[in-house]
Amino acid sequence: MKVAKRTFDAVIVGAGGAGLRAALQLSEAGLKTAVLTKVFPTRSHTVAAQGGVAASLGNSTEDNWHWHMYDTVKGSDWLGDQDAIEFMVKKANEVVVELEHYGMPFDRTDNGKIYQRPFGGHSQNYGQTPVSRSCAAADRTGHAMLHALYQRNVRANTQFFVEWMAMDLIRNADGDVLGVTAMEMETGEVSIFHAKATIFATGGSGRIYYSSTNAFINTGDGVGMAARAGIPLEDMEFWQFHPTGVAGAGVLITEGVRGEGGILRNASGERFMERYAPNLKDLASRDVVSRSMVTEINEGRGCGSEKDHVLLDITHLSPETINKRLPGIREISIQFAGVDPIKAPIPVVPTCHYQMGGIPTNYKGQVVVPKDGNPNVPVAGFYAAGECACASVHGANRLGTNSLLDLLVFGKAAGETVVADFQSGQLTLKPLPENAADVSLARIARLETQTNGEEVHEVRLAMQRTMQKHAGVFRFADMLKEGVTKILEVAERAKHTQIKDKSKVWNTARTEALELDNLIEVAKATMVSAEARKESRGAHVRDDAIDCAETPNGRDDKNWLKHTLWYSEGNRLDYKPVTLQPMSADVEPIALAKRTY
Amino acid sequence: MTLNRGRVRWQCRRALLELDLVFTRFLERHFDRLTDDQLADLDDLLLVEDHDLWAMVNGSKPVTKERWQEMVDLLRAR
Repeated sequence: MKVAKRTFDAVIVGAGGAGLRAALQLSEAGLKTAVLTKVFPTRSHTVAAQGGVAASLGNSTEDNWHWHMYDTVKGSDWLGDQDAIEFMVKKANEVVVELEHYGMPFDRTDNGKIYQRPFGGHSQNYGQTPVSRSCAAADRTGHAMLHALYQRNVRANTQFFVEWMAMDLIRNADGDVLGVTAMEMETGEVSIFHAKATIFATGGSGRIYYSSTNAFINTGDGVGMAARAGIPLEDMEFWQFHPTGVAGAGVLITEGVRGEGGILRNASGERFMERYAPNLKDLASRDVVSRSMVTEINEGRGCGSEKDHVLLDITHLSPETINKRLPGIREISIQFAGVDPIKAPIPVVPTCHYQMGGIPTNYKGQVVVPKDGNPNVPVAGFYAAGECACASVHGANRLGTNSLLDLLVFGKAAGETVVADFQSGQLTLKPLPENAADVSLARIARLETQTNGEEVHEVRLAMQRTMQKHAGVFRFADMLKEGVTKILEVAERAKHTQIKDKSKVWNTARTEALELDNLIEVAKATMVSAEARKESRGAHVRDDAIDCAETPNGRDDKNWLKHTLWYSEGNRLDYKPVTLQPMSADVEPIALAKRTY
Repeated sequence: MTLNRGRVRWQCRRALLELDLVFTRFLERHFDRLTDDQLADLDDLLLVEDHDLWAMVNGSKPVTKERWQEMVDLLRAR
């Protein structure tokens, strides 16, 4: 079958914050750049980011990048690579000021500087006192950021392929990346995007869980494509859960609700956080609150007929306070829980929020894999940035406002690396293999002819329930082991999904079937990596990890201070060292310590 | 010109989970029964930015164009 081919200097998959930032770097340098995106760029999930972007500008309180570096390493529970973290925090001011120059409407101080507010986990003087480090544009930081970057890209003549779904990575016999195949949704036709450089910026994969704050587009397309093409996935056992998602819906109830006096209660109405965190109570850190909630549910004190959630109570607050201080919460609760929080408590459950792991990269945005004894050899022509990538700056746990920083810094870094490699003549258009589109065409053909298969949504639901039950907030050895068997069974079922609608034009059922192929790779990687890691670290918390002097909080640095690498082929694991040495010789490494706040 | 229903259906994939959930319900209950005129109204509404669309659906902001009202009412219905 003849497949249309388009040729570019660079192809970028994804048009959220990371993709747009990378594209800008390339287009402004004059590279012929194509950006493929499933949805219109300003409808990417970056829009949902509210908190802000971290930078040690010191506009509101004294600050410097050394403190930001310390907070990020500690937040990561020492699994973050200190060279990449140093790079990111040092670049923060530059990328934020750049964005300001692009027209991003940051909130201002009275004297016209960018206003900064405090955020959990960010501190002055190495953990001493809270610092104001988050730069925000009201509660629409992500939205404003995407618009500023999109407008700038339009000016720079970036070519957008909107409503195109990338399908598979194209590699040659040497493993070099030569571009992607992609399906145009309007026609259902598959094309080849042949390029000297390919950048993945496809965002997170939070839809692998039943309860997720992520929008439906977050199906881990880049992560799945990379895995199927033989690239290992790094640290996929680490997922950040937000304590208060609306039960059954996942929609986020902001931390501000507990800040204003909201109380978590179990089935008997008890304020159970008093038992787990006597001082901070409901305002303890995200992971502590999430684990306490799950313990209540697991021990039979959950609420509702299924005893599967707890309640967030703000009925003691005045309606005026709720309407004034917590705008939007009432609407969310009424819409998705059927409850007016002025009159009755909101059912909540810890909910998947952010993917710390992903496609392994270095701080330049190059995708790196183990080869000939070196754990970090760049894959020629392949780059990644944002939530789909693992640089690794978030390690085992991400700090709020570091995700928007990550996508700006590493989107730009990936772009800069491509431009440098292009200008030095290192990037060339390598010949495509004869069978470059065969894998993608076979996937489409299977969906055309499959009979007696299951519906896509049934298999997706089975995957989501398996992940939620077996690899949730709190993890148990026997549940994880069983989870591996179960998720591999679901993966078999995913190979035989069936769609009733066989039309080519705007066939959303087919798109969802292709997305499931990506999600299932992420789900397998998560379950297998989590089962194998026999310690607690950051967001990965095991019931059988013991808190003692040698393994503080259950963290076992002697055996587990290392990155996981999961390979789809053979479902096998490998490991590589964490980079504990910062980028600069004169910067002291942040020494290992127990993570306490 | 008649709009392609598959295209409009795909435009209902949004950036915010709140809207994805509202549209899931809408697609199940109402989408297949929309007339061509209603479909055109929906297509126009779908051009609205996500935060503004969510504000209209949850009633915290007024619907600013008359032709959107019927679709917003359907989206709002629980």
